[in-house]
Amino acid sequence: MNLGLLDRYAEVAGDDVVDHLRQLAAPLAGARMLHINSTKEGGGVAEILRELIPLKQALGLDARWEVITGDQSFYECTKSFHNALQGAREVIPESRLHAYEETNVDNAERLRTALAEADFVFIHDPQPAAMLNSIPERNGKWIWRCHIDVRRPHRPVWKYLRTWVAPYDASIFSLPEYAQPLPHPQYLIPPSIDPFNEKNCELPPDEVAAVRERFGLDPELPLLVQVSRFDRFKDPVGVIEAYRLVKTLTPIQLVLAGGGASDDPEGEVVLEQVRRAAEGDSDIHVLLLPSDAHRTINALQRAADLIMQKSIREGFGLTVTEGMWKRKPIIGGDTGGIRLQVIDHYTGFLVRTPEGAALRTRFLLHRRDLLEQMGERAHRFVRENFLITRHLREYLTLMLALRYGSGDRIEVGR
Amino acid sequence: MESYDTCARSVTSFVARDCALISLATGITAENLRELRDGLLDAPEASLYHHFWGRLLRPHFDEPEYLNDFASWVYHSLREKALAERMSLIDPTDFGDMEDVRQELVELIEQRLEESESVPWARADQRFYFIRAQLVLFDTGLCVDHPAKLSALLPRFSTSSLYYHFIDARRRNHSHCDDFCSWLGGYGDEFADLSHRLAGLDPYFSSLHETRRRVAEIFAEQFGPPEEEATTPDGPAGESDEGSEEEWDDAEEGGPPELQL
Repeated sequence: MNLGLLDRYAEVAGDDVVDHLRQLAAPLAGARMLHINSTKEGGGVAEILRELIPLKQALGLDARWEVITGDQSFYECTKSFHNALQGAREVIPESRLHAYEETNVDNAERLRTALAEADFVFIHDPQPAAMLNSIPERNGKWIWRCHIDVRRPHRPVWKYLRTWVAPYDASIFSLPEYAQPLPHPQYLIPPSIDPFNEKNCELPPDEVAAVRERFGLDPELPLLVQVSRFDRFKDPVGVIEAYRLVKTLTPIQLVLAGGGASDDPEGEVVLEQVRRAAEGDSDIHVLLLPSDAHRTINALQRAADLIMQKSIREGFGLTVTEGMWKRKPIIGGDTGGIRLQVIDHYTGFLVRTPEGAALRTRFLLHRRDLLEQMGERAHRFVRENFLITRHLREYLTLMLALRYGSGDRIEVGR
Repeated sequence: MESYDTCARSVTSFVARDCALISLATGITAENLRELRDGLLDAPEASLYHHFWGRLLRPHFDEPEYLNDFASWVYHSLREKALAERMSLIDPTDFGDMEDVRQELVELIEQRLEESESVPWARADQRFYFIRAQLVLFDTGLCVDHPAKLSALLPRFSTSSLYYHFIDARRRNHSHCDDFCSWLGGYGDEFADLSHRLAGLDPYFSSLHETRRRVAEIFAEQFGPPEEEATTPDGPAGESDEGSEEEWDDAEEGGPPELQL
């Protein structure tokens, strides 16, 4: 067992927190757990899995992570799923649905032995959801983990996906409003961040300064940063509007930093819109970063005075959690998981318009004392609620509940 | 001081536990007062429990304005202040079981619906979601064989441990009393005054940090400053989550912010 890894987490989260994890893991010792998603790089799901798997292994669990592969047609279909689940009225051609189903069959065949033998299979998001249907000989419990804001899904698409998801043993949603009528228990588990990964670890000041210099940022000018994929639901053009409203009265610079994800073919289109909107203003920095630029993103967030996440739809918003961990107040869209993290007037502000974002930005830049107070609260709020140790505790509890019965009380211990 | 194993077997020992909640959707939601009534009729008992008691385990910024999630939603989303006040005064420990609590809530809503010419609605994005929770119980390895030793241990109880023994216990114990009073009762009248003072402490109006401080104070008034530490399998009790929680206590808000799950 990797005791060193757990000890590190105990230093940040507390000895008792790690002791609870050990107590929960003990009855699951040796259990085979398989996580499946559709990308190894880019996006919050891959990041969470990269941290969660070693922790499970350190607790003595046999945890693995596999990625499904597909062609362009498959990814176009799953991107349409993603948009439709967030409310867009997507019409998906039959041929793409066929590609989706075929890709799931092919991947299930490739992973058949592992899928059939696993005690717990966690399927992340819709991309691999249809695999369950191809493994009738499965032994374990299958859990569908939905990371998407499915409050108001486009009904025809949800109706289609529901046929694949309904046979699961349980599903997990990030917020109560995302839960859908399904014939199995629906757990509510917000995601989390890892305080030790490259995106969140402490950085020396000279490294932050070097990143500032590398991108031509003025150290004397207040810096507003939004980190997210170039995705229309993140409203990067709205952020530029807000920035321009602030700049009429307060000098400021803006960084929009993001990368593409291998399962997001729309990113290029949105990036082009953003570049057009930013044209002619040297204080707007649109940065297309590689998916492994974690330390760069970390440094940009630390260099920021304020973090913006002006999404109009959001699953959870891990970039919000990351910003809060770095003691930055957040100006966030009043939607999805941002509401769970940004407590209005305490850890930041919730806004619905570029005008609202501009107003709150100006307020905080002129009230540095409150900006710092909010940043400190934000950090503590993350430490108590959104670290990976809490996330893992809930996954382990769910597995115990599924294996040993889902009564109102689950007892573990020495 | 007894060894942990000996202590755990002793009928007069207090074994400290810790707990955490995991939330589940019930699929029941309400967008107006009539739907809230219907939801209350359909919701599992565990959901009522969660919205009365489980909420206390969630961190929050402000002192609680209303004492259960139903009353809070009725005020904040429906703007029905009078009904919220009436619902807020329902204390589940005054009722035989949660079914009686359910009936009382429904009765209050029915009364309001009869008085009103229209049904109050919430905004579409302010629905009430009936949640239920599973409580997972942990072993702390902490055990004491005398109330004076518990007094030494209390300041270092985690807030979730305090929740389990002082609040959740009221649901578990037949007499609706907390675990401390229940244990002290085993000593006959010796600690009757201490029990009486603990029973007079209302946990609904304070954060768990504040309740822990008050419980520890009441014990300290009885036994004086703590002298001995409890036994754990690995030695003296650790510091648990003290550090981070004390920082919240020092914050101007008086506690951590509310997590809305």
